Amino acid sequence: MPIESVREGGTLIARAEARIDGANAKAFQDELESVIERDDQAVILDLENLFYISSAGLRVILLTAKALQRQETEFAVCGLSDSVKEIFQISGFDKIIPMHATVDDAKKAL
Amino acid sequence: MTERPSRILVVDDEPDVQPLFSQRMRRDIRAGRLELVFAQNGVEALEVLNRDPDIDMVVTDINMPQMDGLTLLEHIPNVDSDIRAIIISAYGDMKNIRTAMNRGAFDFVTKPLDFDDLRVTIDRTLNHLKEWRDALASRDQLVALQNELDIAHQMQQSILPTQFAKGDDWEIYASMEPARNVGGDFYDVVPLENGHVGITIADVSDKGVPSALFMMSTRTMLRGAAIGLSHPGQVLEEVNSLLQEGNDTGMFVTVFYGVYNPHNGELTYANGGHNPPLIVHPDGSSTILPMTGGIALGVVPEFEFSEATVRLSLGETAFLYTDGVTEAVNTDGEFFGLERLQDIFAGSPPEGPREANDAAFAAVHSFTGELPQTDDITCLALSRKERAS
Repeated sequence: MPIESVREGGTLIARAEARIDGANAKAFQDELESVIERDDQAVILDLENLFYISSAGLRVILLTAKALQRQETEFAVCGLSDSVKEIFQISGFDKIIPMHATVDDAKKAL
Repeated sequence: MTERPSRILVVDDEPDVQPLFSQRMRRDIRAGRLELVFAQNGVEALEVLNRDPDIDMVVTDINMPQMDGLTLLEHIPNVDSDIRAIIISAYGDMKNIRTAMNRGAFDFVTKPLDFDDLRVTIDRTLNHLKEWRDALASRDQLVALQNELDIAHQMQQSILPTQFAKGDDWEIYASMEPARNVGGDFYDVVPLENGHVGITIADVSDKGVPSALFMMSTRTMLRGAAIGLSHPGQVLEEVNSLLQEGNDTGMFVTVFYGVYNPHNGELTYANGGHNPPLIVHPDGSSTILPMTGGIALGVVPEFEFSEATVRLSLGETAFLYTDGVTEAVNTDGEFFGLERLQDIFAGSPPEGPREANDAAFAAVHSFTGELPQTDDITCLALSRKERAS
């Protein structure tokens, strides 16, 4: 799946769209890995236009969070719809990945 | 990896063919690209083919004593259907060429032999053969992969109990409908000390063989921990740290684990990131079990899981399910969702756990219609009823 991304200063803002499920999780992972640079200071994943994420998608987000932690890059997600937010909350992922309402909120919090 | 030379059987009754071929092909032979084997007629050729399984292709004349080349063509597939044949025909002999092609010859060359043309034809045949074999190999890999998936499927099914502990005033029923590609759902019912019963419903992230293996180990660890530890929170804590060890795949499992005490109807539970179960009341209304602030297992190294307790009144059912229920999709792309699940029971409260399960599966099926099932669907229900007198 194509990920639209922009870099502002040392912060990479990547946007995932529509749905991430078992069928495209691997493509999502590959795409995310290819846009993230080693010297990014922070990565914000904008999920405003994402309406569904399955556990396969959460797994990619977990792997990304862990990889970024190792290279000491900050990581946050933002713009979660109610249903996606609920998936983060039920699985407990909200405890390990900072969630913000908007990209600006996320940038301020970094 | 160096490939073995391609082995070509040349069939012709002319005595000068053998030295001629050997001479004209000497460069390829010396370079280890080709090996030539010779036969005088069709009968001899079949003997050679039966004896030597490494022959890749046959170059044969048509007119020969004992067995001619066209008859030989008919027999080759019986020895090995992968062998390709080129025939040598008289120039303009379209009748024989057509017959040969109809009998499965790959190509033809004409007399007088032009060895440059023959070499091009041989190369093309060998290239075709290589691609054909690669295609066969990848098909075989696909079949092997499918077999692995089938085994994982069976593994997943075989660990699920189909007989459930029950008491005078309580009953459990659970079932799973697996998706075509192996998912990672499971449920379990474990008898514990003091007549207590442990109930589990779980869903491993992602699908396929790795998640089936992850599911197997989770289930084993959970059983062990459940028997050794009486607090659901401790059980999840223990399994979480075991799963976390050496897990760099990012795989995780959401688990709801509860201990039911039949003496007082209390269900004490901890929730590791799983969809919160429903409590269906006697009037068909239902409430969502409060979350306990947990997280899916295998995500963080150390985590303390809080517990909560709910008391099942007579006529109430605790209904556990996986997201295969709520995330089932219909032809309009809508999710089944929690509301529809609650609606099933709102109209008609289930008489028992089996009825609750059946109603849920029926509702999901009629919602998704003919669409293929993409995720495992699993439900486990525990009902407390009037004591059978």
